[in-house]
Amino acid sequence: MDQALIPEGLKRCPLPVFGLWVLVLLAIIGWGVYAGAVVLLQALNVTGLNDYFGFGFYITIDLAIIALGAGAFFSGFLYYALSRYFPALKELHKIINLAVIVGFVCYTGALAVLLLEIGQPLRGWFGYWHPNVHSMLTEVIFCISCYAIVLIIEYVPIVFENRKLDAIKSVHIFGHTLHELMAIFALTGTFLSFFHQGSLGGVAGVLFARPFAYRTGFFVWPWTFFLFILSAIASGPAFTALVCRAMEAVTRKKLVDRSVYELLARIVGGLLLFYIILKIIDTLYWGLVMAPEFGLSLADFYKAPYGMWLLITEILICGVLPAIVLNIPQARKSDAILFGAFFLTCTGIVINRFVMTIQAIAVPVMPFDRWQVYVPTVYEWAPGIAMLAYCVLVISLSYRYLPLFPREKQLNAT
Amino acid sequence: MVIDLDKCTGCMACSVACQAENNISFRVDETDKLRSITWMEIYKLENGKDYPEYQFTYLPRPCMHCDSPHHSPCTFVCPVNATTRDENNGIVTHIVPRCIGCRYCIVACPYHARDFNWWDPTWPKPMEQMLSPEVSTRMRGVVEKCTFCHQRLLKARTRAYHEGQDPNTVTYNPACADACPTKAITFGNLMDGQSDVAKLAKDPRAFRILAKLKTEPKVYYLSRYQWVHKLSDNA
Repeated sequence: MDQALIPEGLKRCPLPVFGLWVLVLLAIIGWGVYAGAVVLLQALNVTGLNDYFGFGFYITIDLAIIALGAGAFFSGFLYYALSRYFPALKELHKIINLAVIVGFVCYTGALAVLLLEIGQPLRGWFGYWHPNVHSMLTEVIFCISCYAIVLIIEYVPIVFENRKLDAIKSVHIFGHTLHELMAIFALTGTFLSFFHQGSLGGVAGVLFARPFAYRTGFFVWPWTFFLFILSAIASGPAFTALVCRAMEAVTRKKLVDRSVYELLARIVGGLLLFYIILKIIDTLYWGLVMAPEFGLSLADFYKAPYGMWLLITEILICGVLPAIVLNIPQARKSDAILFGAFFLTCTGIVINRFVMTIQAIAVPVMPFDRWQVYVPTVYEWAPGIAMLAYCVLVISLSYRYLPLFPREKQLNAT
Repeated sequence: MVIDLDKCTGCMACSVACQAENNISFRVDETDKLRSITWMEIYKLENGKDYPEYQFTYLPRPCMHCDSPHHSPCTFVCPVNATTRDENNGIVTHIVPRCIGCRYCIVACPYHARDFNWWDPTWPKPMEQMLSPEVSTRMRGVVEKCTFCHQRLLKARTRAYHEGQDPNTVTYNPACADACPTKAITFGNLMDGQSDVAKLAKDPRAFRILAKLKTEPKVYYLSRYQWVHKLSDNA
């Protein structure tokens, strides 16, 4: 029924099957929208947040999804800016559309959840009107909204490649012109995204009265600023690869050449290794030099349920291990090891964002304070899960109706 | 502000006075203390020893109005300049109608001196008739905190102006200091070396909470017990 909209020469599942899939996703999104509406109408008292845990699930999932969506800007940067100097990077052309869409859904989804997080959503625009130039959150507000606009501009020409839309001359010309300008947008996005990934790290790092989060740094930027950028550009491409692999599994088709995964693995491996070395140095300095200056020891920061296992899992299992594996050519040849390492990389970054948000404030600062445990309610889970469903929905629709993968036809010719 | 813990009986009169003076709302069910709005929180500190060495003390905790260079922890992070430090008098204020309720300041404050309005503010009848007309009530979804009874300062300055005196030299007392039956709370201008607070702040018994964090709190405590000093600064 929708054959005319499907890219020429490509096979897609029957419309009823796709319709059922979309209905399931819409049901999940509806559940999340309902929960979000309750939060907006009844206030944040329906969540698990309190005066001890000012930040919670919303911020954690936002930080995590934005880091994982960094594949868009970084892949764009590698492809549009560096591939002319490093021709091997031209291989990214085969996955760049997906990277842009993953970035687009991650950022727009995060912005929607962010609206729930603030107690006075109608005053959200105050961030532009009364900006505090010293606040990392101001930098986040400006960069994230500007970059979301850039992502929309990057996504539009992909939408215009739809068969029916492309047949309209004016749309074709407009889309083609945007394509021509894409390098400029990609580089603008890179600039903005570098800054806001960093400022998200700075949100925790500048808390000079919170010994768990606080870091010294360079000029006005704490070290977490740079660590967040590095971890995002290491995990973003890994997440794009995982999404692509998941799509291949669901559609039972080959969508990109294996060489693309190999290239991404080399990029992720190199960046992750660099990141994890710096992260270990940062952790040692923080634990052995900074904490004692505050009258604390590393062990004071880790108590059940936020125990030392979090540090070990984040740095060793989800950091050092995949960094080593991805830098061994033989290991990269195995699909299980390759995608397992990608998965660990993404998990490590999610744990890092959780730790820098929740654990950072669970640690008692006043000696006569007590450890508290944060438990999110369904009104926090539901919008978060709905956001993921929204991501899947947009990717599903894009895959069905847009020519995302330039090599799909050749790879599946039988 | 200087609070003499050796005089504090833990009667909570300061907390109650603060509650009444500043129109602080409360709920019928206040079992969740992590959501209670209390500008003047009372902590009970224990020395951790068994009888007969067992000792305890009460520690009232208002906002510390941190004097750290450049910015207080909370004013540094507020994205909309809703919370700022008045460099003329050192008071950290909070502009409620500008607050977007992001709670970044709550996260930044190590003293838990900031509270969020999780519900619409309500008072049981006839208490709503007894609200102070000098302090705005706060709406749902914004942060609030101790202001050192800023309205009393404004009132004192206005009075001084009308009486032909210099408004910058006025002194006043916040509600907590007025209400304390043992006069454990002393309030004044720390910059004035002749003031009682400035003298008490240099007392050998004086200490500040979490001095190691370099937040430079403007609230000093007095105690003759070293374990209280140590307990208050991760020593």
